[in-house]
Amino acid sequence: MNFYTLFLQSLPRLLEGLVITLQLTILSLLFAIIIGMISCFFKISRFRPLNWIATIYLSVIRGTPLMVQAYFLYFGITSAMGIKIDSFWASVIVLTLNAGAYLSEIFRSGISAVNKGQMEAARSLGLPYHVAMAKVIIPQAIRIVIPSVVNQFIITLKDTSILSVIGVGELMRQGTLIVSRTFKGFEVYAMVAIAYFIVVMILTKISQIIERRLSSGKSKG
Amino acid sequence: MVKVKAEGLQKSFGDLEVLKHINMEVHEGEVVCLIGPSGSGKSTFLRCLNFLEEPTAGTIIVDDYNLTDKKADINKIRENIGMVFQQFNLFPHLSVIDNIMLAPVDRKKMTKEEARKKGMELLKSVGLEEKANAFPAQLSGGQQQRVAIARALAMQPDVMLFDEPTSALDPEMVGEVLNVMKKLAEDGMTMIVVTHEMGFAREVADRVIFMDGGYIVEEGTPEEVFGNPQNKRTQDFLNMVL
Repeated sequence: MNFYTLFLQSLPRLLEGLVITLQLTILSLLFAIIIGMISCFFKISRFRPLNWIATIYLSVIRGTPLMVQAYFLYFGITSAMGIKIDSFWASVIVLTLNAGAYLSEIFRSGISAVNKGQMEAARSLGLPYHVAMAKVIIPQAIRIVIPSVVNQFIITLKDTSILSVIGVGELMRQGTLIVSRTFKGFEVYAMVAIAYFIVVMILTKISQIIERRLSSGKSKG
Repeated sequence: MVKVKAEGLQKSFGDLEVLKHINMEVHEGEVVCLIGPSGSGKSTFLRCLNFLEEPTAGTIIVDDYNLTDKKADINKIRENIGMVFQQFNLFPHLSVIDNIMLAPVDRKKMTKEEARKKGMELLKSVGLEEKANAFPAQLSGGQQQRVAIARALAMQPDVMLFDEPTSALDPEMVGEVLNVMKKLAEDGMTMIVVTHEMGFAREVADRVIFMDGGYIVEEGTPEEVFGNPQNKRTQDFLNMVL
């Protein structure tokens, strides 16, 4: 079998895998943004028990490898509770919890990067804390964190490959299946790598465009 | 009528006692300038007056509202106390007019049209009507500070606090800001101004308060404090700055 035939035969499966990879990434990241915001507000809240919840969540996620989390959820929790989760949704849960923890810290650093005088000025006008946050601090923090959020997008995209271990049919898993059938590891994994690379490059480009937009927006205000 | 009253005010940051025992009264329409060396506690004192710093002990009454009362609605009281900061603190993501309209629309429940009309009048009074749609970063320091004054005035406060409003400005821009403040004083605004501008204090203040080491050391009319200071520390300070 020459490379061209192999390429044509593998392509549909790899594209199918790529679509699943992108679905996993986008879904997880959307949920992670919500989880990350909640966790960030827990973390900066003045109500202590909320701080603790966020701190425990962040340290557990950051202190354990993604693959262990995936196994623990997919094989551990499911068998202990006698339930069955679809590997796709198990992957979304693991990736969401993971990216959510990192986004939480990104959001927190964005908020603390906004000058302290902004909050004081807003409060001195009589705005309550939550209004000052919503109308003054967060709009400025969003600008600051966008590059880091795009970066987390890229990391999550690449992390999806780890979820091949629980059998979700994403790009890496499709590659592995083709290799076990054809024994063409070099060619197939090269294709897999190039596929990831192209998507990451596209995302990087998009993030550069956003950053440029934001910095030109900054000179305007 | 007494507008602002501080009684037995104390403020500590950890072990550091910044304000030791401050008593002060400011009457309606009065302009009071707080002067003194850096570290004397004058900015902290000013920030206590709208509770940006929470006093460790003592009472603050503004407009008959007791800020130090645990049940006080601080946000409501702050609407009545405008504040202008050394670093302007305009909101960089909002245009000049949106900076001014934000609080009136959110708090006073004004319609946008009303707030815009009021905002444009205020901008006119500080001479920056044509900058309404500019963003803060496009303005000079002096212009930013004038916008900040207009923003504070938009809430129609009874008292205005100024925390070294000209200290971050290039020298050629100090005048334009002081002129706006002078006009405000002439219009009868009650003002408390922390400043290093002795010329302004001498010309505009009804009363000058000299602070040092967390105490009010001396107070009186500008003529008294600048012309014939009684306390040794006041004399030393004035000798250095004048």
